[in-house]
Amino acid sequence: MSRSNGRVPPHELTSGRLGLLQSLLERFGPLRWSRYVREHWSGQRLVIALPYLWLLLFFAAPFLLLFKISFSEVRMAMPPYAPLWEWVGEAQRVVFTFNLGNYGYLLTDPLYVSTFLYSVKVAAVSTLLCLLVGYPMAYAIARSGPTARNLLLMLIILPFWTSFLLRVYAWVGLLKTDGVINNILLGIGVIDQPLTLLYTDFAVYVGIVYSYLPFMILPLYSNLEKHDLTLLEAAADLGARPMTAFLKVTLPLSVPGIVAGCLLVFIPAVGEYVIPSLLGRADQLMIGRILSDEFFSNRDWPVASAVAIVLLVLLLLPILLFQRYQRRELEAARR
Amino acid sequence: MAEKTIDRSNEYVRIESVTKRFGDFTAVDNVSLNVYKGEIFCLLGGSGCGKTTLLRMLAGFETPTTGRILIDGQDMADTPPYQRPVNMMFQSYALFPHMTVAKNVAFGLEQEGLPRAEIDRRVGEMLDIVKLGEFARRKPHQLSGGQRQRVALARALVKRPKLLLLDEPLGALDKKLREHTQFELINLQEQLGVTFIVVTHDQEEAMTLATRIGVMNKGQIVQVGTPTEIYEFPNSRFVADFIGSVNMFDGQLVEDEPGHVRIRCPELDATVFVSHGISAAPDAKVSVAIRPEKIEMSRAAPPGGENRARGVVKEIAYMGDMSVYLVRLDSGRMLRVTIPNTQRHDERIAWDETVHLSWDPSSPVVLTQ
Repeated sequence: MSRSNGRVPPHELTSGRLGLLQSLLERFGPLRWSRYVREHWSGQRLVIALPYLWLLLFFAAPFLLLFKISFSEVRMAMPPYAPLWEWVGEAQRVVFTFNLGNYGYLLTDPLYVSTFLYSVKVAAVSTLLCLLVGYPMAYAIARSGPTARNLLLMLIILPFWTSFLLRVYAWVGLLKTDGVINNILLGIGVIDQPLTLLYTDFAVYVGIVYSYLPFMILPLYSNLEKHDLTLLEAAADLGARPMTAFLKVTLPLSVPGIVAGCLLVFIPAVGEYVIPSLLGRADQLMIGRILSDEFFSNRDWPVASAVAIVLLVLLLLPILLFQRYQRRELEAARR
Repeated sequence: MAEKTIDRSNEYVRIESVTKRFGDFTAVDNVSLNVYKGEIFCLLGGSGCGKTTLLRMLAGFETPTTGRILIDGQDMADTPPYQRPVNMMFQSYALFPHMTVAKNVAFGLEQEGLPRAEIDRRVGEMLDIVKLGEFARRKPHQLSGGQRQRVALARALVKRPKLLLLDEPLGALDKKLREHTQFELINLQEQLGVTFIVVTHDQEEAMTLATRIGVMNKGQIVQVGTPTEIYEFPNSRFVADFIGSVNMFDGQLVEDEPGHVRIRCPELDATVFVSHGISAAPDAKVSVAIRPEKIEMSRAAPPGGENRARGVVKEIAYMGDMSVYLVRLDSGRMLRVTIPNTQRHDERIAWDETVHLSWDPSSPVVLTQ
């Protein structure tokens, strides 16, 4: 691209990597702007800028709003929170009311602490179960023939074709007292009394594991599928039995896949709303439910915002971990 | 290199009519072979000739469809790879990418459950032998191709196997490094007294490394012999053509005596006189193979009426140590002649000169199959 000073002659306006935007700027915009754009922007940057703009508008801006609201005081008005700063006429100055009470409230009311802990526990156990179920599945898919592999992958993705909500509702029908599972067990005489399956932790685990299993299997599969199988032959050649070879070669090499899968399950599972609401206990809520209740039932936006912020900060750690492993995986792939 | 004598009393590997089929495809076809202790045996052949499959059957990664493999007198049929007294160096090296060089080398010893101190000592010794001591803590991706090759070698040798299988051990190295490593391999092999079975498609590599070569074609071993035997006395047109370059003429046996034969080749004006007898049916169709370096070229006509030809120089390739001439004979056939460049400035024969070619009666090889 030419870096000559002054305006580009009109016949060259249509060329250039930025196309229309640049030619418009050069024709109508200030000279300094168009020169800056010509020298510093590229089509690549523009492509990257679009999703970032999207995130800025629909993630960063709402987040900042929530962050602001979390320091306000609740009040019965519209909007239901007090502004952070106000022009006070008689004092002739702007008065800031910065309220840390919402965060203090989260710590003092045992409901929030126990809900957070319960949510983390449910998410952690579900993640572990997903890993235990998903790893062998991903391994088997990655080691099967090309035709079978595509079919099996298809089966993993197939549930996404029905609505998530419908699939969770289906579990209500399966698990309830006079549901499919109890009827079958009663029918074949394994039990005399129907089991209480629905509205238990068990039901929540079943729902989460069922719903999030693909998010565990897919990253694991994409990792395991890339493994060089001669490494296992080399391990066997050096005297390692198949199990040792798996533990010392396959497992360590699949750690990035395990981390990716676990975080893809753990992060959304902590804030899960639908599954515990439909299948879980009434006496123990998860944090997603608390969040929505605070917003929509209690109309306590400041506390709800504080809950959301704390949840986000708690999840930041695993998210950062995830990014680190993703970067490492990318670097390994480049070699 | 001077050829070592092989102690044939000391058989280490015996392959007994082994066949391996993958579906309809026969990768290895009824191969029988003995390899003796302390040998470097090269399986040489083009891609798809079954040499790697044979090697993988020795390592235990493939099972023979029929036939037996015995290592040190033991039938290996029911022995899984991790229990065979054999180690393999893989073509891709197959180094564990998540382990350091030292960890890679220690892996095999850890499987034997040796005490830590002994493992460390042997790993250290082995790394010194392959001159990688200072790289012990690097990961494979931080090494060059040649260094990786040496790690792979160290990892296979540290277990002190009696038999080491090497799959294209030098294939991934550039030419200079390859030549250097060939001699290192031979030194190591002599130093440690291990039997090597090497798979390669590179005939030069096989000639340099091997005490014996087994030439493979279409799943079968077509000739087994020392490098000299394979080069000077090929037993078939395939071997003569595959090893080195050769001028091959079809001909008819016109005189068959115990001490000599005469052959008439349509593409040569004079008859070919060979100073050794052959076993072939009278009037059999035979081929005469003459190596390019065994042909003499001169401007003056040589004496005698046999073992000679006349032609015009059409191409000259100057290779430094020698020159390759392509000569068109009167019959139109192109002949390849190599002449060593013994002097720096001599009256070399130039393009389009008419030359006379001749060879010694002991040089031609008569091939019947």
